[in-house]
Amino acid sequence: MLRVDVAKQLGEFSIEASFTSEGRVTGLFGASGAGKTSLINMIAGLLRPDRGVITLDGETLDNTATGAHVPPHRRRIGYVFQDARLFPHLDVRQNLDYGRRMNRLADDPAQRSRVIDLLDIGGLLDRRPGQLSGGERQRVALGRALLSKPRLLLMDEPLGSLDEGRKVEILPYLMRLRDEGIPMVYVSHDAAELRQLATQIVMLRNGRVTALGGVKVLTGAAPV
Amino acid sequence: MFEISPTEWTAILLSLRVAIIATLVATPFGIALAWLLARRNFWGKSILDAAVHLPLVLPPVVTGYLLLLTLGRRGMVGAWLAENLGIVFAFRWTGAALACGVMSFPLLVRPIRLSIEAIDRRLEQASSTLGAAPWQVFATVTLPLALPGILAGMVLGFAKAIGEFGATITFVSNIPGETQTISSAIYSLIQTPDGDSAAGRLVLISIVIAMGALIASEWFARRATQRLHGN
Repeated sequence: MLRVDVAKQLGEFSIEASFTSEGRVTGLFGASGAGKTSLINMIAGLLRPDRGVITLDGETLDNTATGAHVPPHRRRIGYVFQDARLFPHLDVRQNLDYGRRMNRLADDPAQRSRVIDLLDIGGLLDRRPGQLSGGERQRVALGRALLSKPRLLLMDEPLGSLDEGRKVEILPYLMRLRDEGIPMVYVSHDAAELRQLATQIVMLRNGRVTALGGVKVLTGAAPV
Repeated sequence: MFEISPTEWTAILLSLRVAIIATLVATPFGIALAWLLARRNFWGKSILDAAVHLPLVLPPVVTGYLLLLTLGRRGMVGAWLAENLGIVFAFRWTGAALACGVMSFPLLVRPIRLSIEAIDRRLEQASSTLGAAPWQVFATVTLPLALPGILAGMVLGFAKAIGEFGATITFVSNIPGETQTISSAIYSLIQTPDGDSAAGRLVLISIVIAMGALIASEWFARRATQRLHGN
């Protein structure tokens, strides 16, 4: 269970958001500029809240009252960025293996081949990120995050940089991923995408939570 | 005609030794400083930045003289080092290496700093979300991506070190076999009546070394761009 109750001032813009998610896939919905990315950066530990608490499965990740702050590398929270951010100096195989090496996890060939099959990236292992298409890059980024065995997976518009055709190509993989059972926070400004993936919705507007609940809250949501 | 005499060989090999040692010892410091200047904000940063570049704009003889004052046998630091650790720089080849290291330091630091500044910090964020501690981020992302810049800086620093003259001759003099590098050998030869052809040979050799270093540096710079684009 993820509990977020934070405030953060970013120049003129401020975030004051509070929600608890127990669903398997929490959809963070809002227009661009609503503060979605800043909010998940706080969950990942990349951004420190000015005030507030973040807990995951009972463990305190941030608590400004006590000064507690778990740094990103100790959170075991995977993050799939909109722009993939694969390491350009490593090939796909090394990118996939990176999280396991950094966390000093034992080699798990069974899980690796399962994730590689799940995402259909077996043919790409020897390539460099520069030789991949946008959709392929995003699939490798998903695999890389998954193989670090995170407790929670954050996804920041993983389809955002792809055209319609590519989105249709990736969506089935995301649905398979959801059925893997790792809790996810999925950021999107696309209601249709969230209707297919999310089990719970947090609606964000101008840095404030305006609605919480099942995917029904998306009904009548203003198109963005 | 192109017969290199033993004295010339001695100068060439000494130059190479001095420049290689100077570059290898200076590189870790150069990386640390480049990282500090590229990534950190602290009080006195612009002063530190200026101090690093000082050897580039000061007359080399001034740098050499300052080294002599501090690290010479009677210098404050030099006397202490000689007495307590048995390390002597004055009139030794190690002193030549030190002078060359100081003089080439700005040229070593600059390309490293630029390549660290060019690294996409979001890659480092990605690395930390995958479980990498700050030192692991540095070792597995920052350093490899900066590597072409580091090599370019080393090549430039080496080329500068091998050609250094003013600070070296001021600090450690011009002793054949100990501190006489190619540059100081040329200087001595052109002051000798029949030294012209020997000087000419050494001049050619230093041109070849400098050209080689510049071409290598250019090649590394190109590699850096490719590497950052992930091809």
